[in-house]
Amino acid sequence: MKTIADLLPEIPLFEGLAAEQLELLAGCGRNVVAEPGEYLFREGTTADTFFALRHGAVGIEISVPGREPLVVQTLHPGEVAGWSWIFPAQPWSFSGRAIERTRAVSFDGACLRGKCEEDHELGYELMRRVAIVMAERLRFTRMQLLDIYGRGEAA
Amino acid sequence: MSASPSPAGDAKVLDRADFESLFGVLTEEGYEVIGPTARDGAIVYEALGGVEDLPAGWTDEQDGGSYRLRRREDEALFGHNVGPNSWKGQLHPPDQLLWRAKRAADGDFEVEAGVAAEQPPRRAFLGVRSCDLHAISHLDDALLGFDHPDTAYAARRANVFVIAVNCGQAAGTCFCVSMQTGPRASAGFDLALTEVLDGDRHWFLVEGGSEAGERLAASLPLREARPEEVEAALAVSERTAGQMGRELDTAGIKELLYRNAEHPRWDEVSERCLTCGNCTMVCPTCFCTTDEDVTDLAGETAERRQRWDSCFTLDFSYVHGGSVRHSPKSRYRQWMTHKLASWIDQFGSSGCVGCGRCIAWCPVAIDITEEAAVIRATDGAGAPAAGGEEEA
Amino acid sequence: MAAGGPAEAIVPRRFRVLANRRENEDTFTLELEGLDSPDPFEFEPGQFNMLYAFGAGEVPISISGDPAAPAPLVHTVRAVGAATRAICAAGPGDVLGVRGPYGSAWPDAAEDGVDALVVAGGLGLAPLRPALYSLLARSAGGGRLTLLYGGRSPEQLLFDAELERWRAREDIDVRVTVDTAGSGWMGAVGVVPALIEKVEIDPARTVALVCGPEVMLGFTIAALVERGLPPGAIHVSMERNMKCAVGRCGHCQFGPEFVCRDGAVFPYERVRRLFGLREV
Repeated sequence: MKTIADLLPEIPLFEGLAAEQLELLAGCGRNVVAEPGEYLFREGTTADTFFALRHGAVGIEISVPGREPLVVQTLHPGEVAGWSWIFPAQPWSFSGRAIERTRAVSFDGACLRGKCEEDHELGYELMRRVAIVMAERLRFTRMQLLDIYGRGEAA
Repeated sequence: MSASPSPAGDAKVLDRADFESLFGVLTEEGYEVIGPTARDGAIVYEALGGVEDLPAGWTDEQDGGSYRLRRREDEALFGHNVGPNSWKGQLHPPDQLLWRAKRAADGDFEVEAGVAAEQPPRRAFLGVRSCDLHAISHLDDALLGFDHPDTAYAARRANVFVIAVNCGQAAGTCFCVSMQTGPRASAGFDLALTEVLDGDRHWFLVEGGSEAGERLAASLPLREARPEEVEAALAVSERTAGQMGRELDTAGIKELLYRNAEHPRWDEVSERCLTCGNCTMVCPTCFCTTDEDVTDLAGETAERRQRWDSCFTLDFSYVHGGSVRHSPKSRYRQWMTHKLASWIDQFGSSGCVGCGRCIAWCPVAIDITEEAAVIRATDGAGAPAAGGEEEA
Repeated sequence: MAAGGPAEAIVPRRFRVLANRRENEDTFTLELEGLDSPDPFEFEPGQFNMLYAFGAGEVPISISGDPAAPAPLVHTVRAVGAATRAICAAGPGDVLGVRGPYGSAWPDAAEDGVDALVVAGGLGLAPLRPALYSLLARSAGGGRLTLLYGGRSPEQLLFDAELERWRAREDIDVRVTVDTAGSGWMGAVGVVPALIEKVEIDPARTVALVCGPEVMLGFTIAALVERGLPPGAIHVSMERNMKCAVGRCGHCQFGPEFVCRDGAVFPYERVRRLFGLREV
């Protein structure tokens, strides 16, 4: 039976971390399962979890008044969702909804923040890796913003 | 390299007094003579009736953004340089009908071919300067070189008799020596003339450049040139070579311009450039055209016409969504880089023949030789500081 | 090749529309048969024709059919201007003018053991479809075939039915992503580079064929190079303004390249320098 710490190396975000560090992080984590259509987290609620996807697919949704929610990104095995947990008491700015049956490790935000405070080296390493993920998300989001497949200026 | 070595074959002499006979022989052979004439303050290439139409005793003073005719102290027939038009206008006309289509029943239409099917008239180009001979050769590369040659251009080309004239003086805007395109014609002509004025004597050295040229020359009142006459003609070219008003260092210029695509000089010149396109119109090698579809009011007949175009126009590079070369900077850079650099990759030679027309006819006196010199002198300016080149 | 002699290169041949099928809000696929010649229109994948609508104008459009089954002639066109709107409005029986085929072809990745990674963005799937047909037809000895396709939204995707059929096949891995989607979409939402990050490839034996909006080409190539593909293994299709389509009018120049003649398909290595420049 695999422990959480055994599962973490599947996730590129944790690649290269020492075994002790993985143990520390695993202490904040638990396995979760979501059936298709179920929400892992909801826009507007307090964001105090961080998800690492192991199987399935999650759609990042933004609700738009007057119409059905828009999916702006899908996340797949090996990817992570959520960074608002870095700052206490921040709400989720989007929802995460399972598209397929999804298995993930869910990390408690307060627990992670505590571990980062206690062990600054681990904290720095985690922040650095999350920053890389955020930077790539931003880069990709900007590409989506360009609406490159749209009609262009001279419609 | 200035004057070329001694003329090949036996050079002959034609006296000024007999020059009219050249017109007579050409007309008899069925050629319409196109050559220089003074009109509206410039020397332009038009149909000539005889010697009297040549701009005898006129010369041109040219500099950046400036062209003036001035009287000479002698009566030289070709004592000028090049004006605002070139032989491009004759061979690659500014407007041509390519084909016409007529609407038919049931959403159908019928196409008839246009100019491509017509036989062009026989023309003699009188007074083609060496730079312009090279320019014609560059047009040949651009229009005949590949899988789909311009057959209308080829037909016009085949019906032309070329009489080159070796320049007796250089204009302030000339730099054929730098571009190795003159001042002496070496190839591409049927006959070449060098005008010599020496005290009372006024005569032309005549050299044959082709069988057609030799045949025609046989009907002219020519005599054998004496060695000192050949020397005198060569000396004219030597003198001209020493009078170049500009120079352009062509060493490694392709790589120079390719690696300086972000040089700040492009921004600087674009503040002056009006993107008026004069340079492209007067340039003897600019060959760009556009195809226009024109319909009549009833929508029954549609014509496809080919017209001169210029890379300076905003929509020259239009693709859905906008123009690739939107800024004036990018368009000036495109023109100059194409002319001096890309042309080499495309056709194996520079596209510039050093005629200087673009310098004289630019309303703000942008000088291609100066722009090239500045970039060369500040090679690498504006490049990213650290090795930011590599890449994806 | 059904093309006539040099003079004929500039005169369109008449083709009658047999069918016009709508792909999405502004894109249509037309099937055409030649009226001036009975021969099938031979072409290579990646080539394009100049399509003419009487009195409306002429535009370059890639051929989007199967080179092994060249009749009817198939074109997928997006209505973005006067000429393309007229072409898209052409119905069965209407006649269009066709000049071509012009341009270079996608590399023939039929060698044994070579994997083909086809990356399409938006309308870019149309010029790649002939290459996909050829790749799907290659013998069992051929390597892996992967299609990565990015579009604006599920409704904007081209060739729905065909994508479904390909998804069901064993010999091609199809991954589609869109910029945004509603709840019914089961596929990925995000950018093509995100797909490239995750796809299984062996960079030492992969040839990549890329077509899409020019801004997409840039970041797609960056992602492919990041995955270890050598620049020599990547081929892109470029788009520039075209008038004559035979290398004489000068409009399609991309640096020293004439896109109509030296392209539209280029090995990335050949145009790499130009990709780094703006407004070229």
